[in-house]
Formats: sequence, C-alpha cells, structure tokens
Amino acid sequence: MAFAGRTAVWWARLRPSPVASPAWFAPWLPAGPVAGERPYSARGEEKIDMSTYPVESIRNFSIIAHVDHGKSTLADRLLEITGTISKTGRNKQVLDKLQVERERGITVKAQSASLFYSHEGVNYLLNLIDTPGHVDFSYEVSRSLSACQGVILVVDANEGIQAQTVANFYLAFEAQLAIIPVINKIDLKNADPERVEKQIEKLFDIPIDECVRISAKQGTNVEKVLQKVVEKIPPPQCNAADPLKALVFDSTFDHYRGVIANIALFGGEIQKGYKIVSAHTKKRYEVNEVGILSPDEQPTHRLYAGQVGYLIAGMKEVTEAQIGDTLFLYKQPVEPLPGFKSAKPMVFAGMYPVDQTEYNNLKSALERLTLNDSSVTVHRDSSLALGAGWRLGFLGLLHMEVFNQRLEQEYNMSVILTAPTVPYKAVLSSAKLIKEYGKEEITIINPAQFPDKLSVSEYLEPTVLGTIVTPQEYIGKIIVLCQDRRAIQKDMLYIDEHRVMLKYLFPLNEIVVDFYDALKSLSSGYASFDYEDAGYQAADLIKMDILLNGNSVEELATIVHKDKAYATGKYLCERLKDAIPRQLFEIAIQAAVGKKIIARETLKAYRKNVLAKCYGGDITRKMKLLKRQAEGKKMMRKIGNVEVPRDAFIRVLKRQTDK
Amino acid sequence: PTLCPQWPYCRKRCSYCNFNTYVVPVVDEAAVRSSLVREARTLLRLSQVQSVTSVFFGGGTPSLASPRTVAAVLEAVAEAAHLPAGAEVTLEANPSSASAPRLAGFRAAGVNRLSIGVQSLDDAELRLLGREHTAAEARGAVEAAQGLFPGRTSLDLIFGLPGQSRGAWAQGLEAALGLCDDHISLYQLTLERGTALAAQVWGGALPTPPQDLLADMYETARTMLAAAGFRHYEVSNFARKGALSTHNLSYWRAEQYIGVGPGAHGRFVPRGEGGRSREARVQMLEPDAWMRAVQSQGHGTRRRAVLSPLEQLEEVLALGLRTDEGITREVSDRPWGDPAGTCHSPPIANDPLSQRWGHFSPHLSLEAVFGEPGEEAQALQEQGWLLLDGGGLRCTWAGLALLDSLLPGLVCQLQRR
Repeated sequence: MAFAGRTAVWWARLRPSPVASPAWFAPWLPAGPVAGERPYSARGEEKIDMSTYPVESIRNFSIIAHVDHGKSTLADRLLEITGTISKTGRNKQVLDKLQVERERGITVKAQSASLFYSHEGVNYLLNLIDTPGHVDFSYEVSRSLSACQGVILVVDANEGIQAQTVANFYLAFEAQLAIIPVINKIDLKNADPERVEKQIEKLFDIPIDECVRISAKQGTNVEKVLQKVVEKIPPPQCNAADPLKALVFDSTFDHYRGVIANIALFGGEIQKGYKIVSAHTKKRYEVNEVGILSPDEQPTHRLYAGQVGYLIAGMKEVTEAQIGDTLFLYKQPVEPLPGFKSAKPMVFAGMYPVDQTEYNNLKSALERLTLNDSSVTVHRDSSLALGAGWRLGFLGLLHMEVFNQRLEQEYNMSVILTAPTVPYKAVLSSAKLIKEYGKEEITIINPAQFPDKLSVSEYLEPTVLGTIVTPQEYIGKIIVLCQDRRAIQKDMLYIDEHRVMLKYLFPLNEIVVDFYDALKSLSSGYASFDYEDAGYQAADLIKMDILLNGNSVEELATIVHKDKAYATGKYLCERLKDAIPRQLFEIAIQAAVGKKIIARETLKAYRKNVLAKCYGGDITRKMKLLKRQAEGKKMMRKIGNVEVPRDAFIRVLKRQTDK
Repeated sequence: PTLCPQWPYCRKRCSYCNFNTYVVPVVDEAAVRSSLVREARTLLRLSQVQSVTSVFFGGGTPSLASPRTVAAVLEAVAEAAHLPAGAEVTLEANPSSASAPRLAGFRAAGVNRLSIGVQSLDDAELRLLGREHTAAEARGAVEAAQGLFPGRTSLDLIFGLPGQSRGAWAQGLEAALGLCDDHISLYQLTLERGTALAAQVWGGALPTPPQDLLADMYETARTMLAAAGFRHYEVSNFARKGALSTHNLSYWRAEQYIGVGPGAHGRFVPRGEGGRSREARVQMLEPDAWMRAVQSQGHGTRRRAVLSPLEQLEEVLALGLRTDEGITREVSDRPWGDPAGTCHSPPIANDPLSQRWGHFSPHLSLEAVFGEPGEEAQALQEQGWLLLDGGGLRCTWAGLALLDSLLPGLVCQLQRR
C-alpha cells in the first residue's frame, strides 16, 4: 500500500454493531462502571455534571506520530491510567475499531476521548482529540488541531524522525500549539534515544531536556506524559458566558440516531433543547443530546466552553455537519471560526462492478459508505468497456485504498478500480468556451473534456511539496527518482550524521501511481515519504489517444505531460499488446498526440489456431471451451474490427498494486 | 454407429500425455475383458443399433491387451448388433508392443487396420516425448504392420516440439513419407496442464515453440503431403487412395458412437429405454471403479446429458468444419463442383455417410443460418476463410488452420437463429 500512515481518516465510522461485528467488541462498553476508577455512569443513569470542570482545569491535546511509532499504544495506556478503560491484555488499538485499521495498523476513524486525571489535588479534564496523521487529511488535521492547545509528538527511538513526523510537527507548529516531544519504544534493543533527541533538537529546535523517554508498550514513564500535558499545555482561552461557538471537528453517522457531530466549544454552553444553526448550511436544528466521549458517547447535562464532546441534533446526513463548520445559537450569530473549507478531492478513479449484475448492490454499498464520509465525491460514469460505474474523488491515495478495502471487507464487494488521475485545470482563452462553461478556469477530470490547446491560454496541474527522510546512502538513487518524476528540489538537510531530509516539489500525478513503492524499493524500505498540497502550476499538458488499427479507444485516452507522453504511450501500447489476444488480422496499437503517432506496437495476425486432436473425449472438452469463447465474444468490446476482451481493459486500466 | 473400446493401461506415461491412462504393475486382463464385453453388450442394446460400421480400439495402449480380449469384444459386437464383414476395425499400437507375431494375433482376432504411434523418427525427440521406443524400433513395427495390413497402416507423428526447427520437422516428415503407406496423422504438440513436458516448458527449462514457427511447420507438412498425393481430409489427417479412416470421420460427421471402457465418451440415442434425444455420455474414469460398476449394473456410465438441438448443431458445426468436405446440406445424389476453386480438395460426393445438416436441422437451412449478408459467416467468406456454396459450408485452405478463431463467431451466429 502506498502512503501508509497511522492515520485517522475523518470520514467514515460506521457504528459497529456488536451483532454484525463481534470482532469490534469494545472492552469498555457493557462492562459497567469500574468502582473508584472512573466518574462515568452507565448510559441512561445519572449524568455527569460537566460544570465541575472549569476552563482552567481543561487540557485539549492530540497525539501525532509517523506510522507505527506508537500513537495508538500510547493512547491505550493514557486511557488505562486514567481509568477511562479497564486494564486488560486486550487493549490494543482501542481507538481503532475497524478491521482495516487493525489489519493495517492505521487509524482510519478518529476516536476522541475525555480523560479524568487528578494531579496535585486538582481534577483535570483531559480531552484527547485523535487526529488524522496523514497528509491526505491535512485539512482535517488542521481542523482537529484547531480544537487543541497542544500535541504529544511521538517519535520511535529506533527509527527516529520520519517524513510524517516532520509534516505533523509543522502542522502543530504553525497552529502555535505547545509541543511535548515523546521518544517511544525505549525498551527496544536498538533504541537510540540520544540520537533521536539530537534530531529533534536540530530539526525542531526543541531542547533535549524537554523530551520524555517512554515505552508505551510497557507503560514506562507514561504517567509523566500526563503530567507534562497538565503542566505544559495551556487551558483553552474561552468563556462560558460568551454566546455559543462550537467547532465541528468530526462527524459520524449512526443508523438509529442520525449524525453525531464531535464538537469543541470555543464559547458558551450547550444542552438538550437548544436551537442551533450551522454557519455553513444556515440550517437550524434542535439539540437532542450532548455528552462526552469516553470513547463511546456518554451523555451529560451540558457542555461548557473549553470542553470537547458530541452533539446529536437531528442532522440526517454527514454533509450537514461538515468538518470545520461552526455552530451557534439561533438568533445569536457569531463570527465563524476561520479556516473552513469543503472537502476537495485530489485523486480520482473510476469504480466499476466486476460483474454488471452487481451494479445495484455496489451502488447501495457506496451509498452507505459515503453516508459516513462526505469527503468522497461520487459521480455516475460509464465506460463502453467496463459498463456502468462511478467516478470517485478521494482526498488522496490512502483515502482511496482504505475506501476500497472497506468496500471489500465490510460490504463484500469486489470492484475494478481504475488507475488514479488528478484534477487538471485549463485557463480558457476562447470566448465561446468561456461562455459555455461560464468561467475562465475549468477543472478537467475526464480526458474526454480536455479542451484543445488552441482555445486554452494555459494548462495547470496540481503539485505537492514532498518530504523524504532517508539514510544517506540512498540519496543518489532518490534524487534520480525524483528528477525522473519532474520534481524540483527545494531543500536538503542532514538531520543527523546518517539521515537526510529532502524536500521536493512534485507534480501530483507523478506520485499518485507508484512513487511510494519505487521509493521504498530503492531504499530497502528505509526512506519515508509524506506530502502536502502545494497548489497548481503551469504545465505543458497534452491529450494522448490510444488507437487500435486507427480507431481511438475512448477509455484509454490520457492527459499527460509532454515530457512523459512517449514513455506513457509506449507503456500503454506494450500492456495492450499483452492483453489483447491475437486475431485473424494484424493489429496496430498506437499512441497518438493529435495526428502524430508517438509509439506503436504490432500484434501479429494468427496464422494457425486449431485444435490438433479432436476425437471422443476431446470433443466434449472442445465444445465446453467453444461455448465459453462464444459467451466471451458477446462481451467483447469492438473497436473498428478489433475485438477487445473486457479483462484486457481491466489489465491496462487497473491500478497495479503488486509489482 | 461406431464402437470405441478403451484399454486404459500403459507401460509408461509419455511426457506430453494427459489422457485417462494408468500404469499398474499387474493388469487383471480377464476382469477387464469381461467388463469390456459386458459394457459393450449393455450399451449396444441400449442404443438399439442395428449395425456397427466400425470399431476403434483406443487407449491407453490397446496393443498391450491380448488378441483374445480384442476378439472377445468383437464377438460381443457381432452378437449384439450386426458387424459387416468389411467394417473397419482399427487398433492403436505402440511400436514397443507391435511385434509381427503379436500383430498377426490381432489380425486373427479381427483387426483390419493399424494406427501406429510412431510420433517421431528421431531418437532425441522420442526421449523428449518420453516414448519407450527408438526410431529403429518404430520403423520395424511399421514394416511388420505393413506386411500384415497392407494399405491399412496409419502413422501418427507429432510436430512443434520444444526446440524443433522447421528443417528438422521437414526432414522427419520426409522420412515418415518414405515409410508410410496411405494414411498419416500429424498432430501439433498440445501442452496439456499437468504433464511433465508442459511443466518443463512453462517453467522455462524448455523453449516455447513460437506461434509463427508452428504455422510454418503446418504449412510445410500440408504442402509436402499434397505433393505426395495425400488428401488433407481433416485438420490433422491425410490419406491417399481413399484410405480415410471411416471411424474417425464418423466423429466429425456427428454420427452416433458408443464409448466402452474407463473414461470413454459416447454420443448416441438410448432408444432401448425409450430415449429420443442424442446424449453425451462418459464412462467412469478409474478402471477398478468402472469394472465394479459394470459387474454390478452392466455398464459404468458416470454422466449422461441430453444434448439440445442447438448443442447438437454446435457440434455439427465445430466438428464438420474440421473436414475438407465441411458440413454438407443433406444426402445428395449429385456431385457438386467447386466454383470458387478455393476449396483445397473436392468433397466426397455420393457418400451416404456425409454430414447432413438437414438431419440435425430439418427446419433451418445452412443458408438461413449462415447466408445472411453482413453477418459473421459472410464476413469470414469475404476474408477468404470460409465457403458457403451448393455443397455446404466449409473452410478454405487458409481458413482450416485458423478454425478455432472462426468458430466462436459462427457459434454466436448460430445461437442467434
């Protein structure tokens, strides 16, 4: 998989029903209150009075880390120490409930939790706000971080700073949050905390003595982390006397209760019966329930400024509780919190049922899955070769992979996912086209819509700023790889004697398909990579057609950079040559830009194709095969006189996951 | 109707063979014999066939059976149905079990035609194929056979072996032409899953024969045999002086055939139990299980399926097009010409055995199915692969080599009618 990230994807938490998914059994759920350890009550019994936690005793924080550096394990320990969950051997990735999360060791769905912690005689309310660690969700990360005043930055004592550590650090740094560096896994044999502390000092300018060395797995020094949270992270700056101002930092969908919005109160208070308005949609709702997350929902009478919890208010779709939106009281409008954006898909791919008879089942699975994830855009699409399907927009590659995996695992759906593409733009110069589109700059998702160069003043492609952290011996190869991907070096820094951090500006389309795999393979798995959105840049784009005996194949048309046209064309022609069976005549497979042919492969005609022996038992076999071939022939896509089997398209269009 | 008894045993498995054969230390021949006899009787009775036009002992290696067994089966046939004096009775023989005395025994038992599995006249090629015999032994066997069955001895050869060149093939064929009399079968090697040879080729230990080379080898063979006066009467079969195998022709003409023995396939109408439709039948594969079944219920049929009229026509089409006569319209008294002059050899006129499309499709003529302008068959005719004329539907010289590419479209066209 590409871009592994111990990631929280802010999109889709299906409330796991214990019947459907016994594997998701959460150990804290029906266990009842653990005497003397936690101030919670079972649902429906007496509610917690949140007014006993004034702003001064509240700390809102996140844990951020590179994949596998121990974020979820640390969260498990914090939950145990504070009595939020009971200590059992089963607490592994407690906040990660989905099968895909446990399998991949990533966090797909953020789960926040309120912890009660007593320190030097004061009862503190610590809100652990889980954040997506991955760049696919940098907008969501920034929204969650905006509900925090500090972060715990976890770094593996063995692996040291990695690309995602850097990206996460800068997000927190730019949000001006207090940062508590934690060096984890000090129990490992190869742990080298001194080296990692030096890296942190050099790269992040954080004094060595501020680092906390822990082993989340064994619980070593975890208590100290909690103390640091209390001491170093400031309480939120807000007032319960102000009018209500609540940030939506996550939302999920529950089949029985509708949308559950996770909120952080920046002012005022909220309780059942309040009438509230969404600053984004302007829709009005009445609050049905508020509460804290522990990490399951725990109803409370009220929530007060500075606190973090959830709200249920009759919202029917997750799009009604968009991340970053501000909620306020009806007739008491406030200035919305800054930074709200609607989800912007960066990677598009076609999705088709393997078998067209599965179309309706896939449709309903998609509907249910997107119910929880407003960041996936869905447009109906159809391909002559692959049938009816959809064009889906994702925040990034990991988002796409996880979505696909969930579709397979939770809905038992097998789909054809086409190679991902990125949204290009064109600045139109033709008055006629401008009038037609009603704007000067258009986004091109489908190559069929690619406007001709004559009516365009400039094409634009999306770019990202990529961070690569690698042992120095691989630098040479990595630089060659990046240059090959049209990337421009922006920075190169030794973070210690052996490790280098490289920064490159990449065209997004150069990394969406196989960059991460290539990087991992040439660095024996040691280099890490992360990226962030870096806007659009002018690009010399062309549309390339694939022709079979002179007839263009609509579904294989591609938008490519001029410098990459030849290589891409050659690659597509070669793949097609292997995928199309020989026929009775010669087939020219060509890649063309306009009228110019830039690559060609020739599939020679069959000269002999006849079964040698056809007696008794051979006849039965032959007839069986012939029937299958006749069925297959009906499914062929005819391009001119050339018959192309559906799986040839699949083989050419499909993402190459295993290489 | 024909009868096809199977002898399932071999002394050794050849490297390319995936047939239903068994290599066992001891064969209880008496038991196999009585089972073959009993099953032949049962199935002949079931089919209510009046007269058996040919018998073909296949396998396995039927030349490993004793002449007594062959005689017993033939006697059973003669008892249960009529076996005319001139009926073709072929035995497949391996050079390693085809000594003159042995062959004389088979002749005495009633065999009147031999098909010898020579496969190659090159010792290295024979080793690659996992054969038990040498080229010299094969020559000896063929010569002995020709003494006993003059004009009625056929040779099998295989071409397209890994590493075989076009020149080596032409040379081998030349040698075989010097040896054979009037019938020869040339089979392109088919790499079958599960065989030792396929594993070696797919594993990369042996080279894959290139497609174009195989086409060249086939073309070379066709040309050489035509020059030697042979008629190319089926994809892999050549005969001169009218020495066609009537037994094998009956498969391609979709006549009735009754398979007897382990793994034998049959196509017949079980009139004896009131059946009116042609059935596809397969006997049990494993010899011991088959024998137990025959002993307890008289036959070892494992699977039977009624063939729909469409399925029957599909077989007529797929098999008939393998022959030079093609699919004939109906029994015809008049010989027809070959107006386009493209057919590679004249079809057999006046042959009562000729494929009768009308027999299987009384209501829909060949013309109605394949004559429609703008359809597949028409396009294939225009491209020069196929011919539809007064005689019927058949492949052109070039089309025959590509038959498997023509068939799917033709089957689709047939299914639409």
